[in-house]
Amino acid sequence: MKNTHKLLAVAAIGALLLSGCSATSSGPKTITMWSHAAGNDQEIATVKEAIADFNGSQTEYVVKLEEFPQESYNDSIAAAAASKSLPCLIDVDGPIMPNWAWAGYMQPITINSDLENSLIAGAKGYYGGKLYSAGAWDAALGMLARKSVLNDLGIRIPTVDSPWTKTEFDGVLKTIKASGKFDYAIDWGNGWTGEWFPYAYSPVLQSFGGDLIDRAAFDKADGVVNSAASVEFGKWFGSTFANGYANKAQTGDRTEFIGGTIALQYNGNWAVKDAYEKYGDDLAILPPVDFGNGPKIGAASWQFGVSSTCGEVAGANKFIEYILQDKYIVAFANRIGLIPATATAAEQVPNYATGGPFSVFVDFSNKFAVKRPETPAYLLISKVFEKAVADIINGKSAKTALDGAADEIDADLTANNNYK
Amino acid sequence: MKLQSLVRKNKPHGFFGSSIQSRSKRASLAFIAPAVFLIGLFLVVPVIMAFSLGFTDAKLASPKAPAFVGFDNFSKIISLGQVTVDGDPSNPDVLHDNLRELTRPSSDSQYSGMEVLTETVKADGSADIVLAGDALFWKSLGNTFYFAAAVAPFQGGLALLLALLINAPIKGRVIFRTVYFLPVVTSMVVVSILWIFMYQKDGLANILLSAVIPGWEPQAILTNPDLAMPAIIFMSAWQGVGFHMIIWLSGLQTIPGELYEAARVDGATRLQQFKHVTWPGLRTTFVFVLIIISIQAMGLFTQVNVMTKGGPLDSTRTLVFHAFNEGYEKQNVGYSSAIAVIFFIIVVLVSIIQRRLTRDKD
Repeated sequence: MKNTHKLLAVAAIGALLLSGCSATSSGPKTITMWSHAAGNDQEIATVKEAIADFNGSQTEYVVKLEEFPQESYNDSIAAAAASKSLPCLIDVDGPIMPNWAWAGYMQPITINSDLENSLIAGAKGYYGGKLYSAGAWDAALGMLARKSVLNDLGIRIPTVDSPWTKTEFDGVLKTIKASGKFDYAIDWGNGWTGEWFPYAYSPVLQSFGGDLIDRAAFDKADGVVNSAASVEFGKWFGSTFANGYANKAQTGDRTEFIGGTIALQYNGNWAVKDAYEKYGDDLAILPPVDFGNGPKIGAASWQFGVSSTCGEVAGANKFIEYILQDKYIVAFANRIGLIPATATAAEQVPNYATGGPFSVFVDFSNKFAVKRPETPAYLLISKVFEKAVADIINGKSAKTALDGAADEIDADLTANNNYK
Repeated sequence: MKLQSLVRKNKPHGFFGSSIQSRSKRASLAFIAPAVFLIGLFLVVPVIMAFSLGFTDAKLASPKAPAFVGFDNFSKIISLGQVTVDGDPSNPDVLHDNLRELTRPSSDSQYSGMEVLTETVKADGSADIVLAGDALFWKSLGNTFYFAAAVAPFQGGLALLLALLINAPIKGRVIFRTVYFLPVVTSMVVVSILWIFMYQKDGLANILLSAVIPGWEPQAILTNPDLAMPAIIFMSAWQGVGFHMIIWLSGLQTIPGELYEAARVDGATRLQQFKHVTWPGLRTTFVFVLIIISIQAMGLFTQVNVMTKGGPLDSTRTLVFHAFNEGYEKQNVGYSSAIAVIFFIIVVLVSIIQRRLTRDKD
């Protein structure tokens, strides 16, 4: 028995020594990179291409990719940070970046200033005046519809310069419902959970004249997220469900628009490819509704950054510069359908080039994009706003829900000394 | 401890030498060592951490070190208050605004930071309001007890019925046993996702309900605050019933056949046999099943997290989900640990009460 123990111990020590050796062997320095895109084949394929090219282009560094599913990616980062085992390169969702920077997960990045200037605003993340993250694309929101349906019902097709107003949109919903041809007038996407809620609905809130938090100092939500305009948003949004224009029990697969049982779909540009394949030129990509303060859409998507514990900062920065070359930006845009991060890349993407079928999203992004509040408190604001909107959809009074949200956000700000 | 007592009981009267005894003691320690190590690492250490974190304001991610806050978390969780607020019957906003003057975090009233738990509006527009430091905690507590109180008799009873059925000497009972047990070995996440489809407006549940209940209006069951919890109760009982069926079955098989023979000779009917032979013979099994189901039920989480996220309108939010939401999603680990400690105390209390109530009278 004792001999067996000794044998096991020797084997274990041997294994430890072996693994230790391989980690400290000389040659190119390994830079580990984590990606949220596991399961998203097109996106990962492009990341892998860039990594292979980068590793082949020089001998100093080797980038090694580890993939995570998006659902658990943020949790993995938090857990890795707690156990001090963050990889060197990470990717980060734009609005979450300030929280990670504040928590000490990330450090500012340094990239070529020409590259920095050429990136569109929605592909760059600043915190405390410093660039922390940069990405190859941005997403945009729009309203999908069919020209033939709108024409049949005598509904005006809105344009970037002349979007639907609130009154007009109320009429549109009513007309679609009255036609009896559809189960519901609009699919708001409320079958999705998580970050989609603030991404999709806080721009609507802002179009009403409300907001999530006072952006002057990021120290107060009371009087902002529950202002008269915000409550007006809540009441109106809830009424679209109460009036039967939208489905409280909307499922997450969102196939109704393509199936023809829902007339309008509020969605991101990642979904437009499928709809375009189904409807072709009959597909209309409409600007979001102007609820009084102009149409608004959310900006900032997934971007690349460097962890605070990274040992190869220079190499990591170099790789970010490398993957943000136009050819990869073009590849990302062609494959996952998002807006290219530079104007020069956009011209090389048929769908987004001037006159391309999705180029209107570039206009939306340039004219209507608003960022979610760039504060570490956003992590909590996002959860609180999601719950408030979910409750409003299920019939809770907008005033009660948003007052509660304001109190919870303010209590959190106080508890964290305004995240200073 | 159990092993030690076994060893002592088996102590042969001076037949074996002491060296063998100490060797068997060492062997028994070696056998329990892996379990003690693993349980210690993954159960005892986290419990101790939860207890200590509950007294701090620790966050999951923060540049600041956690600070000791005494009983602040606990007092926020369990604090309750009662207040009558003036209102205007023609304008509900007046009541709301008056109340909020008291509960705003910046208010200097004693109710500052509290949330509405229940609200009874009277004819003159005023209202009696119960306030709580954490209204969602009390709602979660209520939902947890609702679930446990409904699922324990339902699931336990159904399991007994199935056990009685397949205990009969019928052909193919192994097949039945396997079929009833299948959901137990299926991942709860998978089962939950499947049942989401069944509970949709055009799903199987609605088809069956409209066949059974005349005038049933097909609806999305999980988005109805009154039906979401019963739906989860039914689905959970279906999933877990096989496991408790097996336990009942093992209990049934310990009852000696002679007792039934004697009862039959005495002319006892089937029902009398069950009442006077089967049920008394299952007493220890009953206690075990009751306590196990209750503890499992109090820990309801997976189904809620997959199917409803605690909604609609908090109707399926449970204590564990609340702790998860506060600690992991909102990152208030200290506060969430305090919830976990209170949850632990509640579960222990419930188990003790059940044990006392079901204890043999002698």
